[in-house]
Amino acid sequence: MIKNNVVIAGVGESDIGKVPELSGLGLNAQAAKRALDDAGLELKDVDGLLTAYSMTEPYFMMGSVLAEYLGIKPTYCASLTVGGGTPGTALHHAAMAIATGQAKTILVTAGENRATGQSRDAAVQALTQVGHPYFENPYGPLIPSFYAMIANRYMHEFGTKREEMAAVAVRAREHAIRHPASPMSKGITTEDVLSSKPISTPLNILDCCLISDAAGALVVTSADRAKDLKSDPAYLLGIGESHTHEHMTMAPSLTEFGTTISGNAAYDMSGLTPAHIDFAELYDCFSIVPIIEAEELGFAKRGEAGAMFAEGATSIEGSFPINTHGGLLSYAQAGASGGMHGIVEAVRQLRGNEGDRQVKKHDIGLVHNEGGILSSHCTMIFGREAI
Amino acid sequence: MTDLLPSPDMSPDAGPYWDAAKENRFLLQNCDACGEWRFVPSHLCTHCGSDKTSWKEPSGRGVIYSLTTVHRGPTAEFRAYTPYIIVFVDLVEGPRIMTNLIGEGAEHAAIGDAVEVCFEARQGNTKVPQFCLAPKGDAA
Ligand SMILES: [Zn+2]
Repeated sequence: MIKNNVVIAGVGESDIGKVPELSGLGLNAQAAKRALDDAGLELKDVDGLLTAYSMTEPYFMMGSVLAEYLGIKPTYCASLTVGGGTPGTALHHAAMAIATGQAKTILVTAGENRATGQSRDAAVQALTQVGHPYFENPYGPLIPSFYAMIANRYMHEFGTKREEMAAVAVRAREHAIRHPASPMSKGITTEDVLSSKPISTPLNILDCCLISDAAGALVVTSADRAKDLKSDPAYLLGIGESHTHEHMTMAPSLTEFGTTISGNAAYDMSGLTPAHIDFAELYDCFSIVPIIEAEELGFAKRGEAGAMFAEGATSIEGSFPINTHGGLLSYAQAGASGGMHGIVEAVRQLRGNEGDRQVKKHDIGLVHNEGGILSSHCTMIFGREAI
Repeated sequence: MTDLLPSPDMSPDAGPYWDAAKENRFLLQNCDACGEWRFVPSHLCTHCGSDKTSWKEPSGRGVIYSLTTVHRGPTAEFRAYTPYIIVFVDLVEGPRIMTNLIGEGAEHAAIGDAVEVCFEARQGNTKVPQFCLAPKGDAA
């Protein structure tokens, strides 16, 4: 059983933004050290390691490479490639290994030096690898082009407004400014978003996530073991996945996604409903995405989540805070790191020590990771206590 | 612009698709077992799992499911053509396909507009299927 028995006992992040003095492996190691410090553990205590992939340092066996870089010899080790869904799915695998006794202390890390490890053109070109090599890339799509077409159809079908998408970016920036580790210090307005450089209509540059140097890490262990550790654990109450396609051409639907399926699996495992969730850290690679996810996860009816962002319900002081760290839009996005920052933030919010970024109700938090073109999903529900 | 865009990468699964495009013909796989059309090309039918399939010529007509105008191309070749339009087309026969929308009036196109297949020359004597707005009154 995963529910109540598996916890995140420590979280850490590397320095965020532009970190030219560290390699991608170095960023993962820095985050791992900070997560272990947070738990009161050392590298020698780690017997499991799961990590992601890297575009800037595309090692063949990333899990083994990171283990040798850290100087550890785990008995459970692999790398996963599920795009932005990787941190959540890695946590799911780690939770299964902890629950079945295959490992006792698992480090889960993700991130890379996306900002300084390659040229901006190389970064943009690397990201075309998400498109279908034979039947999409010959037509010149960017990743934003795929999400732009989802946004146009979603607005057409459900009445989501362009200004509501812009409000998602505005709220993210407001939250990032309050985060001590965030590189952001200046607010933006809806008008700034609407008049920023067009990338692929309707998406402008401020509707798109950052390109950062960043990594995050989790220490995953059993609830029993966490009792003796330094920091308050976050209990994994529910987790679920859904994988409906990779390439957008093959998506079974472009208005209903796997978010609902992974969300329902997480709700079922936890025995909770959307009404029990105090705050959420959603995947926001583009401004349309958290609107879709909030609706698919049951926080608003179809077509109505945009107003939550526009009218302030999702603010830290609002009735349902979303993306309290600033998300991929304004905090950090480095390969697979984006969703990891959401998990780290949820654990910190549950502990309740985040100062002027702290949400008022913080018993139960939900995190959603998404990879590809709304292709692979993982929904996680965390609690301050076992339930 | 006079430079042709690069030739598409072609997978062995889809030889007949690209060979037909060179002759301005649009071919898709049609399952011998269940009769469904499918795209992208694959060894097994994604509807029923059968490995019995034939390449056939669909109507080449469909409607725009969604679209976007690209202002920042992924490579130098595509950047030379910006802004250009990408569309998802729902074919009359069922499958969805992504191409560019080219030809007259493309910049005014909207979701739901009727379109039909056309072809664009690429480098290396290849062609790719594209879609153009259908003549007015020509319902898909
Ligand atoms: Zn079939």
